[in-house]
Amino acid sequence: MAYADDVENEELHEPTSFISKYVWSQDHKVIAIQYSTTAILVGLVALVLSGMMRMQIGFPGSIDMDATAYYQAMTMHGMIMVIYLLTAIFLGGFGNYLIPLMVGARDMVFPYVNMLSYWFYLVSVLVLLASFFVPGGPTGAGWTLYPPQAITAGTPGSEWGIILMLVSLIIFIIAATMGGLNYVTTVLQARTHGMTMFRMPLTVWGIFVATILALLAFPALFVSGLMMLLDKTIGTSFFMPDMMQFGSQLDYSGGSPILFQHLFWFFGHPEVYIVALPAFGLVSDLISVHARRSIFGYRMMVWAIVSIGVLSFVVWAHHMYVSGMNPYFGFFFATTTLVIAVPTALKVYNWLLTLWRGNIHLTVPMLFSLAFIVTFLVGGLTGLFLGNVVVDIPLSDTYFVVAHFHMVMGVAPILVVFGSIYHWYPKITGRMLHDGIGKLHFWITFLGTYLIYFPMHYLGFLGMPRRYYAYEDYPFIPDSAQSLNAFITVVAIVVGISQLLFLFNLAYSYFKGAPSGGNPWRATSLEWLTPETPPKHGNWGPSLPVVHRWAYDYGVPGAVLDYVPQTTSAEEVPVHENDHDE
Amino acid sequence: MDNTSQPTTSGMNGLIEDWVSDKDAFKNVSWGKTMMWIFLLSDTFIFSCFLVGYMSVRMTTDVPWPNTSEVFALTIAGEHIPLILIAIMTFVLITSSGTMAMAVNCGYRRQRKQAAILMLVTAVFGVCFVGMQAFEWTKLIEEGVRPWGNPMGAPQFGAAFFMITGFHGFHVSIGVIYLTVVALKVLRGDYEERGYEIVEITGLYWHFVDLVWVFIFAFFYLW
Repeated sequence: MAYADDVENEELHEPTSFISKYVWSQDHKVIAIQYSTTAILVGLVALVLSGMMRMQIGFPGSIDMDATAYYQAMTMHGMIMVIYLLTAIFLGGFGNYLIPLMVGARDMVFPYVNMLSYWFYLVSVLVLLASFFVPGGPTGAGWTLYPPQAITAGTPGSEWGIILMLVSLIIFIIAATMGGLNYVTTVLQARTHGMTMFRMPLTVWGIFVATILALLAFPALFVSGLMMLLDKTIGTSFFMPDMMQFGSQLDYSGGSPILFQHLFWFFGHPEVYIVALPAFGLVSDLISVHARRSIFGYRMMVWAIVSIGVLSFVVWAHHMYVSGMNPYFGFFFATTTLVIAVPTALKVYNWLLTLWRGNIHLTVPMLFSLAFIVTFLVGGLTGLFLGNVVVDIPLSDTYFVVAHFHMVMGVAPILVVFGSIYHWYPKITGRMLHDGIGKLHFWITFLGTYLIYFPMHYLGFLGMPRRYYAYEDYPFIPDSAQSLNAFITVVAIVVGISQLLFLFNLAYSYFKGAPSGGNPWRATSLEWLTPETPPKHGNWGPSLPVVHRWAYDYGVPGAVLDYVPQTTSAEEVPVHENDHDE
Repeated sequence: MDNTSQPTTSGMNGLIEDWVSDKDAFKNVSWGKTMMWIFLLSDTFIFSCFLVGYMSVRMTTDVPWPNTSEVFALTIAGEHIPLILIAIMTFVLITSSGTMAMAVNCGYRRQRKQAAILMLVTAVFGVCFVGMQAFEWTKLIEEGVRPWGNPMGAPQFGAAFFMITGFHGFHVSIGVIYLTVVALKVLRGDYEERGYEIVEITGLYWHFVDLVWVFIFAFFYLW
């Protein structure tokens, strides 16, 4: 007997008290909201930090920020954005909300473990934020935390900040593992009647493969974090070579700093795709729904996601070209890096071919999706530059790199996060987000990011190094760079403040938004077909839905409506009368 | 009972049929068992990283690595035997895998008492293992081995030793607690309705911990 059948026979125990419903909740939808809210709040901290850094770069001395504070802001900005915002919101937020609804499950397979996952995540965030208040402040080692400088005296936060950072990462990994086991098992083993793997929406595929990557890549971060913690606290020498500091020999001997870089990037590169693959999946669904076209090349899209996932484990050392390595390794990693461009480009072509001759509705989610495609394309193309050893070495550690990764894994996924929130907010709350505010928010954010990051490519070519506190009095940086920096700062502040529009929209529409009904976008996938909106505990009422088709039946020839929900069987499809006589 | 979820073909075709079917990709495998397998896959990566990290620092350190067969030798009744304690520990742990396998068998035969007793015996073997590990740690600490240095050679020796065996010993200790809890629940009859697959899931974890030890034994002690 299939275990997925058991849930139908089990009684639903709906939580009744406020605490069990909204605080210690085991409902995947509540956990998803908790994850997302926490991630967005901590993301705001990182956003403010980036604004402060931009003020220092654009208008040196305009705010009270010394070099120490600058490095601390830079480190925390990077770590929060990559791990605590993007990873958490894609897997913990969208994964939790959408997986059970999209595959037709009542909940995750182990709701209690799922709940623990959120609370561990919250603890990791609190530990991270606590590092702002310890002596010496948070770590300023850069988000990659390279030893030996991450733990030696003189680096900001080498007293307590680095310890709290590592502890927080370890707790985060435990949280991500507990959640991840749930997501993978739910996708594999808890789908509803008729829901085969190849009928799942691409959102589920993206999150599913990203979660597998997370389960296999986070161990490397866990181990490197633990080893560095031991180096820092009890004086082992895993990553610490013999070294002199301030005229005296340190108590370390014979360790390998390069080992840390290998372990870190063995995690770090899959991490890029842990963020990108869910974004690929979500954006595929947004494009298909809002262009009223079935996704082009569904199976190709799935295999592209899977092969990107596999390849992402054999490219990590392209982050280490300047660390020094055997030229043959450089050749190997450059080749694998460029090979990844093939499935990635395939996905971009498929998105474009989905749009081609589609009935494109320029709704806010669609605007964000289109913005994603171009932004991802720009960021991806500069990735081809940086993937080549000979091009990477002169550009390494310049603003070109900053522009590249902010485009490809900062802005592009965030655009998908925004688009997806605009798309699924009606299901979560039963109300539409305000369209006008949404469009204003979109245009400021989209145009703003180009005004911010396009000039940075140029600054990189000029040779402006990244991670510097101040750029005055360097003969190789022309004066014009400073005016460009001031311009970027002004735009960055405007874009940063404009995010308040989004927050206001979330709050305002929750109370005043237009009622959405169950399926405002006329979409086919299961989450739009729940008996109630927002879905109640258990999602599906008395019996689970039965799936008869894939998730992309838009524009079916002969059908009355331009879409056919996944639960509609072939006989039930309403057709035009005159189509019967050929 | 629903026929679509029963395996119909075997071999490669059966595998493909399972993966393209609805509901579940692994037929007749419970949620708990799936999740344990995936967890163990993830844990494999943790131990692999530990071992790769250890081998890497062993290559980079400029001080000679201590001779492990000398360090881990014991003198019993005037006889100097290399690696004897580790050999006994390995033997105990592998024996415990045997009793665990018997417990799983008894569970499926619904011999609840025997299953519980065999699980508790497994747990006792586990405690013996951790006990011997504590003895080994004590001996090394008395000889001056510390995580930050030791009199026999490379400081990474102590660091890798305490970290890897410590993390493995932590896994064994968790396993002992897990086995004991499940054994007591088996004894109490908590699983009479649901069946005794939980014994097998516990066993998966335990066999994994044993397997990891074999690799630690090969790469750390024998090399």
